[in-house]
Amino acid sequence: MTEPGDLLERAIAGERRALGRLLSLVEQGGEAADEIAEMVHDRTPGEAPVIGVTGAPGTGKSTLVGHLVKEMACTGGQPAVLAVDPSSPLTGGAILGDRIRMDGVADGRAFIRSMATRGHAGGLALAVPAALRLFEASGFGPLLVETVGVGQVEVDVTRTADTTVVLVAPGMGDAVQANKAGLLEVADVLVVNKADRPGADDTRRDLEHMLDLGRITGLAQDWRPEIIMTTATTGTGADQVQDAIQAHREHLTETGQLEARRRSRIHQEVLDRVSQELDAAASQYLSTQPAVLTEALAGRSTPAATAAKISKRLLSNQPPS
Amino acid sequence: MTDMADGPQAAVAGRTAPIRVVLAKLGLDGHDRGLKVVARMLRDAGMEVIYLGLRQTTDTVIAAVEQEDADVIGLSMHNAGHLALAPRIVQAVSDAGLDVPVVIGGIVPEADVSALKEMGISAVLHPGASAVAVGEAVREAVRGSLGDRPVHD
Repeated sequence: MTEPGDLLERAIAGERRALGRLLSLVEQGGEAADEIAEMVHDRTPGEAPVIGVTGAPGTGKSTLVGHLVKEMACTGGQPAVLAVDPSSPLTGGAILGDRIRMDGVADGRAFIRSMATRGHAGGLALAVPAALRLFEASGFGPLLVETVGVGQVEVDVTRTADTTVVLVAPGMGDAVQANKAGLLEVADVLVVNKADRPGADDTRRDLEHMLDLGRITGLAQDWRPEIIMTTATTGTGADQVQDAIQAHREHLTETGQLEARRRSRIHQEVLDRVSQELDAAASQYLSTQPAVLTEALAGRSTPAATAAKISKRLLSNQPPS
Repeated sequence: MTDMADGPQAAVAGRTAPIRVVLAKLGLDGHDRGLKVVARMLRDAGMEVIYLGLRQTTDTVIAAVEQEDADVIGLSMHNAGHLALAPRIVQAVSDAGLDVPVVIGGIVPEADVSALKEMGISAVLHPGASAVAVGEAVREAVRGSLGDRPVHD
């Protein structure tokens, strides 16, 4: 097997296949991933802008990303995309269907990589930042992360971006939906895609009202997300999305929030890493010491009480009894 | 989210990589219903399918294989172009310095199968191939080409 160090040199020299292979290694985790993380650390100043793109399935994320990539490549950037799609919880298989919407953009300057969630929440949370660092070390930027905004983990992944773009499509529901907690709250740029469809203006109005209310309650801070109408199938409005991303970035830089976001990103990554280690330790414990479940399985103890006992033991590093 | 596998294997399940397949149709061949069915079969066989769909070229397929670190290429052919296209894709794979097997599925006369195999195609699947046969052909092609990568069963 080719050594990660050799692969990294080739990836930095522009060999796409080597970068492709490295991405697989960081995705799999383990020792090779740790080794790569050490090697790229000095080569990743963290200056490449990271843009998260999320929204419900079928709102046009991939198609818009395809146009954004073209815009970015035209203005001298060398964009890379990480497109995340879900794995089947039953078989582990996945259909990674984002690339098909980004026709023609990956043959030139851009690099597109599809990633399946592989059923491990912690794994995805670790693989995404590791993959982004590999992109940056190989000379790519800006970096786009596209995820389906259906699970908390996927939302968290985009929240660790510098700028988060949230797509909605007409017919998303009424004003009550717009004011529910969740995805819309994390948007730095809001996009109403499929703006050529009926109801697009209603959706825009509901979103404007949602933002107005945020101002009244005082929760909204100094940045009001711009709402941009797009038709991603034709590329209409993609340039405005690009401008809005740029404006948000300037805002982050001027207010010092860029640095704050980067720090919180590192904080989150360390936390994710610790969580994953603890999770693995707990799984290992339960599978090697099935007797600890006996009381709970027989109904003599609650699952919570059993869990509390096990957690205490794991955290205090006592040997299993 | 839940772990894919329950029991003792759960902790290491994320460390064994699923097979990654690039699925495409080359050129002007608009019959993609079969390819979509195959995509679903391979997904259900536990593989990660990078679906490129219609109107691809050897260049776009190779670009996808490199960037996606795919283990195998699956091409669907329904326009009688297989004898012309097979040598081109095999050549493109070799020109790119890749060691990635190519499996063809679709309307391919039995008489052409041996010629395709001689050109370097790993397997040919015909209409009516079962989901199990499709999954096994792809798995077998990957096993035959790569020694150093763990194959996820």
